[in-house]
Amino acid sequence: MINEIIEMFSYSFMVRAFVVGLLISLCASLIGVSLVLRRDSMIGDGLSHVGFGAFAFASIFGFAPLEFSIPIVIIVSFLILRLNDNNKIHGDSMIALISAASLAIGTFAISVAGVNTDINNFLFGSVLAINQTDVIVSVILSIIVIVLYVFSYNKIFALTFDEKFAKSIGINTNLYNMIFASLCSIVVVLGMRLMGALLISSLIIFPTLSSMQILKKFKSVVISSTIISMLSFVVGLVISYLQATPTGATIVIVNLAVFILLKFVSYFIKNK
Amino acid sequence: MSLIEIKNLTLGYDKHIVLKNININIEENDFICIVGPNGSGKSTLVKGILGLIKPIKGKVIYNGLKQNFIGYMPQETKVDSNFPASVMEIVLSGTLNSLGFKSFYSKKEKDVAINNLKLLGIEKLKNKSFCDLSGGQRQKVLLARSLCATSKLLILDEPSNNLDSKSKKELYETIGELNRKNGITIIMITHDLDHNNLIGNKILSLREDDIFFGSVDDFIRRVHND
Repeated sequence: MINEIIEMFSYSFMVRAFVVGLLISLCASLIGVSLVLRRDSMIGDGLSHVGFGAFAFASIFGFAPLEFSIPIVIIVSFLILRLNDNNKIHGDSMIALISAASLAIGTFAISVAGVNTDINNFLFGSVLAINQTDVIVSVILSIIVIVLYVFSYNKIFALTFDEKFAKSIGINTNLYNMIFASLCSIVVVLGMRLMGALLISSLIIFPTLSSMQILKKFKSVVISSTIISMLSFVVGLVISYLQATPTGATIVIVNLAVFILLKFVSYFIKNK
Repeated sequence: MSLIEIKNLTLGYDKHIVLKNININIEENDFICIVGPNGSGKSTLVKGILGLIKPIKGKVIYNGLKQNFIGYMPQETKVDSNFPASVMEIVLSGTLNSLGFKSFYSKKEKDVAINNLKLLGIEKLKNKSFCDLSGGQRQKVLLARSLCATSKLLILDEPSNNLDSKSKKELYETIGELNRKNGITIIMITHDLDHNNLIGNKILSLREDDIFFGSVDDFIRRVHND
């Protein structure tokens, strides 16, 4: 098996997938803790569908997919924030509406334009889809996400735990919500290449839920989520290479296995 | 000089007016209970004082106090019972207003947090997880967090909601002590005070157009005359 893993890294596309995937896993799990705890898990899912629509248009018009999609998704994420504040339509339904609409418009546009694009790759991701530019963009943006997260960490905690209180002590909650929405959008779009529009949100949600089964402090949940997320990614990538299974789906299944395992562990801790 | 002067304050949401032309002065070391039926604008007034909503008309003047250095304890913080957070993490977040542009807590902030935990007698809980605490303990943790944000004024929105009568009594005693011993001005919205059981030195009673602000004794006399 060692030989096969060494062989795996002799393919440059696998190295690219490894670098990008590891960074995305880290960023997604960081963002995920707050999304899950604020009960906003569906935002990740919604944004990934918007990302699908944006990718579709990028491929029709020949734009660079990441550079085109990231701004679009950030704008939509601000829109969702605004609409959530106004409370005219309930947040959940709004996200469902936007995500279904983006998926439909993307699919429609691809078929009308008759572009020779494999929708499957957009939906479920592909290790082959990641080129050299994607690696550079992903590395730079991931570093930005990590640095912003670390330096805003204490404020992100306050916002996640109790937004009203945070606002009362002068934290610019609107600004931080916008920063957070941007980070979330970046992670979703970057991760879509590998995981696909339908599976990227699991990378955001699973590690946090798994960590919360056994840990009860914010910092420990954040740290453990990043570890679980990166480990699950590596294990998933290797399995998918060895067994020739779809990468995104394999990574999600490894995450699911970790979740079930920790659920059992927490059950035994409680009943011991 | 009053700590806070509220002048002709009109508050509401969108075009819907909840409170009209409120004029009150809050003196240093006051302990004011805000009473009134649901929807009478108790929480709205508090949000106006905190600057969480913008006044439609009028203003709030702060003397020797910055708006973001008021210790606020929101009503029934909608915290998920599984929210992973230690007591220390939560209490420390109260010091964020003195952190300014810095990103991380220093020893100074940690000392403030520890001192407030000691003040409320819950220092031994500092490494416990919030989700493992009883209702009374949780409220004390949130009170400690508010104390970290202020040295002058606490605003408490129904702090004793959902507490059993013993924890309720204990919490009120703690708040009373903060007022008497530590000289902290307190504004507290409360539901469960009947006329025989009033605490604090002043009452603000909001009841549609009938607004009363004065001493507890005057309030009781007024209620009996009604």
